[in-house]
Amino acid sequence: MISRMARPKFYHFLGCIIPHRYPSIERAARLVFEDLGVELLDMVGATCCPAPGVFGSFDRVTWASIAARNLTIAEAGGHPITTGCNGCFASLWDANHELHVDEELRKRVNENLAEIGREFKGTIEVTHYVDVLVNTVGLDEVRRHVVRPLEGVRMALHPGCHWMRPRALKKKDNSERPRIFRELCETSGAEYVPYKDELICCGAGGAVRTADLKVSLDFTKQKFESIEEAGGADIIVTPCPFCELQLDLGQVEIQKNFGVEFTYDVLHVMELLALAFGHEPGEFGLKTHLQYLQRKSEPRWERLGVKA
Amino acid sequence: MTSPETESAVIIDEPDTSFVEMIKRTGGPNVQNCFQCGTCSGSCPAGARTNYLVRLIIRKALLGLKEEVISAPELWYCTTCYTCQDRCPQEVNPTDVIKAIRNIAVAEGYMLDNHRKTAAKVVDAGHAVPLDKDTWRKLRESVGLEPVPPNASGNPWAIEEIRKITRKSGFDSLIGYEEMRRAAEEKARQKAKKG
Repeated sequence: MISRMARPKFYHFLGCIIPHRYPSIERAARLVFEDLGVELLDMVGATCCPAPGVFGSFDRVTWASIAARNLTIAEAGGHPITTGCNGCFASLWDANHELHVDEELRKRVNENLAEIGREFKGTIEVTHYVDVLVNTVGLDEVRRHVVRPLEGVRMALHPGCHWMRPRALKKKDNSERPRIFRELCETSGAEYVPYKDELICCGAGGAVRTADLKVSLDFTKQKFESIEEAGGADIIVTPCPFCELQLDLGQVEIQKNFGVEFTYDVLHVMELLALAFGHEPGEFGLKTHLQYLQRKSEPRWERLGVKA
Repeated sequence: MTSPETESAVIIDEPDTSFVEMIKRTGGPNVQNCFQCGTCSGSCPAGARTNYLVRLIIRKALLGLKEEVISAPELWYCTTCYTCQDRCPQEVNPTDVIKAIRNIAVAEGYMLDNHRKTAAKVVDAGHAVPLDKDTWRKLRESVGLEPVPPNASGNPWAIEEIRKITRKSGFDSLIGYEEMRRAAEEKARQKAKKG
């Protein structure tokens, strides 16, 4: 499908957690998009999105101003944005939307942006990697690149919240019975494992991880327990690095705070696809996840069906 | 995880509607649609493990109990997962209402220290989770990436732009940025003296 079209180009919004804590996701995303013929353009000087539940909870106008500044970087080049983070997606998408419908907010934001010689114009679209893979590239084309199907790997999913919610506004998927993220992950050949609490939040968002780590980890622990009740899984896949941090590093923190040990390998969907596309885990540094660095452990290669 | 409940009854002769009007400005126009069905709290993963009750907060807000609502620590247990918003039969948009109430709380001085510090990181480094150690640069290199990404981490001019925005919008004074910066500098000086 893509070969007959001009090579699609997206401004690549990195955010904070992917480039600064889970660079394996950034590397995997670059490999996968390169394979698929999608060009990623650097957003030079982009900042924190800024975190929607954190900054959006503190001061809406400052939140929207910083988000709008990021949007202006892409507006200047005239290409849509894509990001691999549910939080960044929410901030940039929501700000883009709210600045379209709320004149008063747009006026105040542009007054702030005038200080730095910028103006929000509202000319570009904000997407998540999932949108690019499903809508721009297409699942058939993704499937065509799978040369190492992860057959027999039991995969639990954590779709997270902010890509598809609020449902009435985002109009992406049915947030009570989502299928898009599942269909994308299933192209890898891994076997989908349903569990009762698949759709509950990881616990990190809304500034809760910062406010009260134990409360936020209690959400995460519930998810792991729910996966165990469903017979366990070999991997957990998510489209968000903040969820990944909470589920990955969270296992170390849960052990410390609650004395319960979980040993799940947690992959971003781009890391899953990089493996399915035949890239070796060392090409994008799968073993640099903070869980492994802190525990001085490695991914459970035998469960993943790949070697280091 | 809990906060003490009010000991004596709150007497409400005439509900004060000014708080509701403040909430409506950014939380959406439908907060008064709430008929207290409790779908929000029944759906809430934060409410399942803490004393955070969306239904109660909204009811109190509708009765004008502003101080009680904005000063409650449990206001900060919402992870903004939007499950309540997707299920609310009255289109109250409870998550947006909670965020609007949090904005009012912060404007009136109710902000956790940890949240001030996170906010200050964005003003300091352009990122809430900054590239603040050599370890992180080496981690990037170990996966085959350049040590510093093309974001604000390698572009001080971008951080300068953020500072201009946060000064102009009043965010710096809202979070007490200058006081925090001076305290950090003083701490560093003391440490240098000792060392």
